[in-house]
Amino acid sequence: MSVTKMKPVDVVVVGSGVVGSIMSMELASAGMSVVCLERGKQFDIGTDFHAPNVFDELKFDRHSDIFQNLSRDTLTFRNNGGQTALPMREMGAFKPGEMVGGTSAHWGANARRFLPHDFAMRSQIEARYGRSFIPEDCNLQDWGLEWDEIEPYYDQFENIFGVGGKAGNLDGVIQEGGNPHEGPRSREYPNPPTRQTYQGGLFAKAARSLGYVPFQGPSAAMTQDYRNLYRVQMLQCAHGGFCSSHVCSQGAKANPLTAVMPALMRQPTFELRPLCHVLRVNKDSTGKKATGVTYIDARGNEIVQEASIVVLGAYCFSNVRLMLLSGIGTPYDPATGKGVVGRNYSYQQGGSVDVFFDDREFNPFIGGGMVNTSIDEFNGDVIDRGPLGFIGGAYFDAVARGAAPIKGKPVPPGTPRWGAEWKKAVAHNYRRTMSIAMHGTCLSYKQNYLDLDPTYKDAFGQPLLRMTFDWHQNELRMMEYMTERASEIGRALGGARFGGKSKGTHFGLVGYQSTHNVGGAVMGTDPSTSAVNKYMQSWDVPNLFVVGGSAFPQNPANGPTETIGMLACWAADAIKENYVKRPGALV
Amino acid sequence: METVLSDNPIGGSYIYLQEPEVRFLEAAVEQLIPTDELSPGARDAGVVVYIDRQLAGSWGTHGRQYRSGPWLQGTPQQGYQSRFTPQEVYRIAIREIDQHCRTAFGRPFAQLSADAQTQLLQQLEKDEVELASMSSKFFFDLLWRNTEEGYFSDPLYGGNRDMVGWKLLGFPGLPTSDYRDLITSSEPYHAEPVSVLDVQTGRVAVDAQGFPRHKVIKGGKE
Repeated sequence: MSVTKMKPVDVVVVGSGVVGSIMSMELASAGMSVVCLERGKQFDIGTDFHAPNVFDELKFDRHSDIFQNLSRDTLTFRNNGGQTALPMREMGAFKPGEMVGGTSAHWGANARRFLPHDFAMRSQIEARYGRSFIPEDCNLQDWGLEWDEIEPYYDQFENIFGVGGKAGNLDGVIQEGGNPHEGPRSREYPNPPTRQTYQGGLFAKAARSLGYVPFQGPSAAMTQDYRNLYRVQMLQCAHGGFCSSHVCSQGAKANPLTAVMPALMRQPTFELRPLCHVLRVNKDSTGKKATGVTYIDARGNEIVQEASIVVLGAYCFSNVRLMLLSGIGTPYDPATGKGVVGRNYSYQQGGSVDVFFDDREFNPFIGGGMVNTSIDEFNGDVIDRGPLGFIGGAYFDAVARGAAPIKGKPVPPGTPRWGAEWKKAVAHNYRRTMSIAMHGTCLSYKQNYLDLDPTYKDAFGQPLLRMTFDWHQNELRMMEYMTERASEIGRALGGARFGGKSKGTHFGLVGYQSTHNVGGAVMGTDPSTSAVNKYMQSWDVPNLFVVGGSAFPQNPANGPTETIGMLACWAADAIKENYVKRPGALV
Repeated sequence: METVLSDNPIGGSYIYLQEPEVRFLEAAVEQLIPTDELSPGARDAGVVVYIDRQLAGSWGTHGRQYRSGPWLQGTPQQGYQSRFTPQEVYRIAIREIDQHCRTAFGRPFAQLSADAQTQLLQQLEKDEVELASMSSKFFFDLLWRNTEEGYFSDPLYGGNRDMVGWKLLGFPGLPTSDYRDLITSSEPYHAEPVSVLDVQTGRVAVDAQGFPRHKVIKGGKE
């Protein structure tokens, strides 16, 4: 097949999600020529996701064409190295996106910063509890980032995504109404906090009675009409439900389509190419310099796009797989513990405590826009982990998701799965239940990693990514403790019956859990334990930046998107302020 | 059950399913979500039409699912590993279960008593019925998943006729713009549900933002 070469550009960006869109915007607006390659389709927010057709649970939860088309590309999965990995044939535990706007086009708008502790877990845990407190097979690592250097980039991202909230710590001074355990902020949120629901108020009262400090957790669904840093207008959230997994018909949920693309498409040095599947990053004869990428365009042509800088800004899985397919960085070998690409793959723990009432009735269908009342006492390292014997934590919240009728009907334990009794139970409980959600950390372990599958291939003939992953004792103990604490709050709420969900002992692909897959090309200070440096620049190929959730050494409790957005702002600044002036290793 | 359902012009027509399969499924889904004093069951709610339309569409042939071999027996954690598409799973499993019923009871599943049907569904769920081509639990889990979807998804897809599933829960379907203020309310909000189908067929009008107006029900459920 003949190969077409496109005109070289300054930067080629792979992926158009949070990372791809923001980095393209930052670099193009600095005058650099930028081509962004996206494997998915282009959608128009004004016509493709209009109400009422978007208010369709079946389509957007089960069959949507905004998720990755697994018939062309999926991954294989096994719980441990002794098993044969088999392909993920249908979407289940997580839902990576496949569209201009990426996975974050259908996120839930949970816009929490990580805590300062999260970036320095290894050193802080060792200092407080000693080295032996960390499980032996746990690859706990610091990120190599200081809170003070990244705080301005959290602030920048919040002013792009219009995050609403109430500061709990302004320059070290604790603020009434906010989260007292958050890291110091340089200024208030750009938008006011969400309003409290009935369920949120009950949760807050019960939490206060136990000595905790409830607050309205941040949201990136607009709490008022808002014009962002890029001069893009977003409208106030209507709380009509159909939020997570859906693209917002009102354009009220900040995402690349609503918050970035309208400004980015006006940049004269920017070009977006949808329906382009990138096969590999190309290197020169030294192997130390990326020359660009090779991709298959919509018509099936093989195209080479040369560029001075290559940014991998795709989903965690695609970033790691492209490094492996391109032979960049040493692949991780679990037998020796050597190698870095694919190392420290991690996920998200969590669960819920459901509180069933007979004498209270709620409006569970009103919600969406991440309206939540939260507590952070069990997050980070707020309480002493010493007597508890585990690392990590969780935040709890009462969140109004907009309970949809296929999946949003919890029933008390002991209810049959179907039949007459089940039917009576869903009818009685749908409007009489509130849940306390727990969102927890997941550490990284020697046995959990990503590599290329030896058997299964994608539609382009390339090996699928192989995931080897299971839960470890630290996470199971942590969730056991968290469930006890959340149940105490549930009892203080005065429910008639209690139930809930946990992720079980073994991770499995069946049933939705969380699209918070992270790691595999992690950042750090040591090239023997990280694939990229603190600017997410490849240690081996300095004109390659691998940016996104793939850079997390392990997964904190708070949900990854806000930090992924912060890292995009941080990496873009490093490129335009430092790298272009002196191309080469920044560290 | 007194509820009279409106005429459904596509109610009795099937694209993929064959007559014995329709009879099997009508009997099975009615045991899974039975008619009672609260509402019509899954059969009258059109769940079999829903399943037929799903099987006839892209999902029925696993259009967006990974379909390359080798096909190995997976662990429960590895999820769907059958080489059969949902279309094939339904056709094969229904034939084999009916064969099992003829051998054991002398008649197909649809002609068993309600109690015997329920008992057999419980055995399928526990993987206690030995089918030649697949695990009976595998088929049961798919059937239950589709039955629940059909009873509670938008009537657009052929099930949830007259929104009986939504009325059972007190789910109002499409939101109204009033939710922006109702988000803080502690008063139970009840309204006659509105579906995407209602709007697409012109039965209910929407405002400029695409929100319908609700008919609010005072004092709780109808």
